[in-house]
Amino acid sequence: MTGSAMLAAQANGFLSPSGVEIAFLLVGIATLGAAVVTVTTKQLVHAALWLVLALGGLAVEYLLLTAEFIAWVQVLIYVGSVVVLLLFGLMLTKAPIGRSPDADSANRWPAIGVAVAAAAALVWVVVDAFRTTWIDLRGAPQGSTKVSGEILFRHWVLPFEALSVLLLAALVGAIVLSRRKKEER
Amino acid sequence: MSTTTTAVLVPLLPFLGAAAGLLLGRRVPGAVRPLAVLPTLAAAVLAVVVAWQQGGGKTLDAATRLTPTGSVPIDLALHLDGFAVLVAVLVGIVATCVQLYSTAYLRDDPRYPSYAALVSLFTSAMLLVVYSGDLMVLLVGWEVMGICSYFLVGHYWETRAARSASLKAFLVTKLGDVPFLIGVFALAADAGTFRINGILTTAVSGGIEHPTLVALLLLAGVAGKSAQFPLHTWLPDAMAGPTPVSALIHAATMVAAGVYLIARLLPVFAASAAALVVMAVMAAITMAGSAVAALAQDDIKRVLAYSTVGQLGYMTGALAVGNRSAAVFHLISHGAFKALLFLGAGVIIHAAGTNSLAAMSRMTGLAKRVPDAYWTMTAGLLALAAIPPFSGFFSKEAVLGAAEHATTGDAPGIPAAAGWTVLVAGLLTALLTAGYATRLWLLAFRGKGAEAAGHGREPLAMNAVLWVLFLPTAALGLAAWKLPDWFDGVALTPTLTTSVLSTGLALAGVIVTYAAWRRTAAYAARSPLGAVAADPEAAPYISEEETIATHEAAYGGIAGAPDPADPGRLLLGSLHRHAVGGFHLDAVYAALFVRPTRAAARLARFLDREVVEAYVRGAGGAPRLLGAAVRRAQTGNVQTYLSALLAGSVVLAVAAVLVATGA
Amino acid sequence: MHLVYPAVLAALLFCVGLYGVLARRNAILVLMSVELMLNAVNLNLVAFDVWLRDTLHAGQALTLFTIAIAAAEIGIGLAIVLQVYRNRGTADVDRLRDLDEDAHRPDPERADREEKAEAAA
Repeated sequence: MTGSAMLAAQANGFLSPSGVEIAFLLVGIATLGAAVVTVTTKQLVHAALWLVLALGGLAVEYLLLTAEFIAWVQVLIYVGSVVVLLLFGLMLTKAPIGRSPDADSANRWPAIGVAVAAAAALVWVVVDAFRTTWIDLRGAPQGSTKVSGEILFRHWVLPFEALSVLLLAALVGAIVLSRRKKEER
Repeated sequence: MSTTTTAVLVPLLPFLGAAAGLLLGRRVPGAVRPLAVLPTLAAAVLAVVVAWQQGGGKTLDAATRLTPTGSVPIDLALHLDGFAVLVAVLVGIVATCVQLYSTAYLRDDPRYPSYAALVSLFTSAMLLVVYSGDLMVLLVGWEVMGICSYFLVGHYWETRAARSASLKAFLVTKLGDVPFLIGVFALAADAGTFRINGILTTAVSGGIEHPTLVALLLLAGVAGKSAQFPLHTWLPDAMAGPTPVSALIHAATMVAAGVYLIARLLPVFAASAAALVVMAVMAAITMAGSAVAALAQDDIKRVLAYSTVGQLGYMTGALAVGNRSAAVFHLISHGAFKALLFLGAGVIIHAAGTNSLAAMSRMTGLAKRVPDAYWTMTAGLLALAAIPPFSGFFSKEAVLGAAEHATTGDAPGIPAAAGWTVLVAGLLTALLTAGYATRLWLLAFRGKGAEAAGHGREPLAMNAVLWVLFLPTAALGLAAWKLPDWFDGVALTPTLTTSVLSTGLALAGVIVTYAAWRRTAAYAARSPLGAVAADPEAAPYISEEETIATHEAAYGGIAGAPDPADPGRLLLGSLHRHAVGGFHLDAVYAALFVRPTRAAARLARFLDREVVEAYVRGAGGAPRLLGAAVRRAQTGNVQTYLSALLAGSVVLAVAAVLVATGA
Repeated sequence: MHLVYPAVLAALLFCVGLYGVLARRNAILVLMSVELMLNAVNLNLVAFDVWLRDTLHAGQALTLFTIAIAAAEIGIGLAIVLQVYRNRGTADVDRLRDLDEDAHRPDPERADREEKAEAAA
């Protein structure tokens, strides 16, 4: 941590939040709430819709962190395609519409235990480590489309191309897996 | 070829024959007989050559040290003196005879290849013992002989008698071998070498610290190997082996090894008068006791076995009075005529279909069926009874003469008590020996009753061997005038007093037994007895195996038979009952050793089953319970597994953080 | 802005996703929970990238890659779930118990279920 950042952190206490922080906090609470409902609701289709809210909230958080390009990609891919895919999956597996009482498995209580323990551990560690860390959001935005494009096609072009091959493979794999075999028809 | 090279070849050839026989026996059945006979024959010829070249002259010593072996060096040493070369000739000739005889005796036996190889290996080991100049190398041959004896006694392992006899032979001889080994180490520690020459030099100069103790330790091993009281009990039982094996190992050679060893180490024994007296008493008890027991035995081979024990007693007696020339002379002549007697007994057992004298005494014409065995065995029995001019007379006279010489106190360093003990026991035994030899001859060849079953003519190889051995039996006595040149130079010719005494006693024994037989033979017709295994077409060994297996069932014991026509029964009176079982020595051993061992074994079994195994079961049970608990977790539900995995990760992460922060 | 806000939000989102993965019965809901966990990681990556002002913007690049991989994963995952549903007649995670040691014993309930699966196929 640089000296100026340290000074900035000292100058900006938790009790005097900036506007960005307030916005982040509110959107974060909404996102978290949506996520919690997603994993607890008894209505399967509603879970997908609450997921849209959670992922959209995250896109807003990206914007607040000046990662503009990521935010739009998030909206496009997650909200636009992934959730739609999930809804299709629900329909194809004849998921019941309306409340289904057995949406949670018998493993619920151990799951709660593990999740709470993990949350406690992670939050404790993170808070302990980054209590005084300050992100300086002033200056040029760090995640604008221009910046992202430059770094992506200058430094990360080879992984980017490899990723296209991976997507192609996933495409082919998904088709092969979901295709009915001839004798099954 | 130098004498040394020839001498090395003598034990080596049978060994190579044994190895080749074991390797090729199954694959090349045609090679088994040549591989058994030819190396042994070649060894016998070479032994004669060695004896010729050595000629009783200067002792030949040759040694090579392969590698340093620690504090006391071990050499591959040859020691060729008159004793060694002549005993080797005896071993070679008897072994060749036995191998030839076996080709006919065990002709159809599927186990013949391994049998022949073991006999060859035994021959090799015995020749090694005879020629070796180093006690350690000698011990190797000594133990190889023991294990060969074990395997060969158990050749008919289908019969219970053979199985228990082989074990007994092995265990009893080992009982003697343990003190023997300690004695050898004690000797080597004092002398600083295992070379016999070095040990003898030390012994003569008085360099052995505890001569009595060492001598007694060695004597224990000798008693085991040479079947001397009190370790002789294995030898009569060892007759459950095939007859050729009994002839070679348990009459002519292996049992003589103990006597030969004392002869080689005599100065060590002579250093202690106490050891000599112990040896004399041992020899006296062995001689007289075995002769009485022989008079009561029903199995023809057991009679011969007890007689072997007795004759070995004579040899030990000769050594106890410090005369090894007489001992080795008797060893050689006994080896020849006892091999003859055993091989003849094999022929008789085949022809009669039984080994029981009681059954033979109820057969007419057995002598006519086996004329070769009849004539040669008659000569053999005369030699055994020490009737002149057969070889046994001269060699036994040499022993008695030596004893008589010792009684006068003329022999330096030999206690007169030892001399008297040996002399009196020897004369008594001469009487008894003549008695049981006569009994055997009368019962086997002068039986009256049904005609003996026909088995056809005995194989040529078996009869020819009998005549070969007949030669030394009849004529070896003449060597008494020549042998001193080969041995220590002590005169071996008969002296008048002992000759007259012993021959008179022997004749008395013959006459008394004959008279008793005349009285009892009449009972034979009145009490039919005996079972005969008649396999006219089968190989001789089958008759023998059947008769060994059935003797106990047919006659109520492996040793005796309830035969009122037995002259031995009349002669011994109430002693007969005890003599049959070898004076209950086996019962004493059972009480002293077998029962405590069994009790210890039961204790060990209890400890193993109830104590040790409890821990084992516990050690097995705890993981089993744990496993059952773990199995319950295997529900097949992936979410459960994942929960456990992640819970574990959280615990590990927290632990890692705590460690990292030093909390 | 304090780094703690996005970091704590990411941690909580991750644990919510974790709960979903462990507690949800329907495989598609499990996949949704996995998406939540992936997004939590993305948020962390972006936040730390912005805080460190990385010249290569490795955090953002990696986020993009993660989003792409997540899309691929959801495609393959859904295909698998579909295939399982066709074969077994169910997409319930806790009823796919072939790892159970009693799985190959004759089990009336299981046989019943398999009949249903065949009928569905």
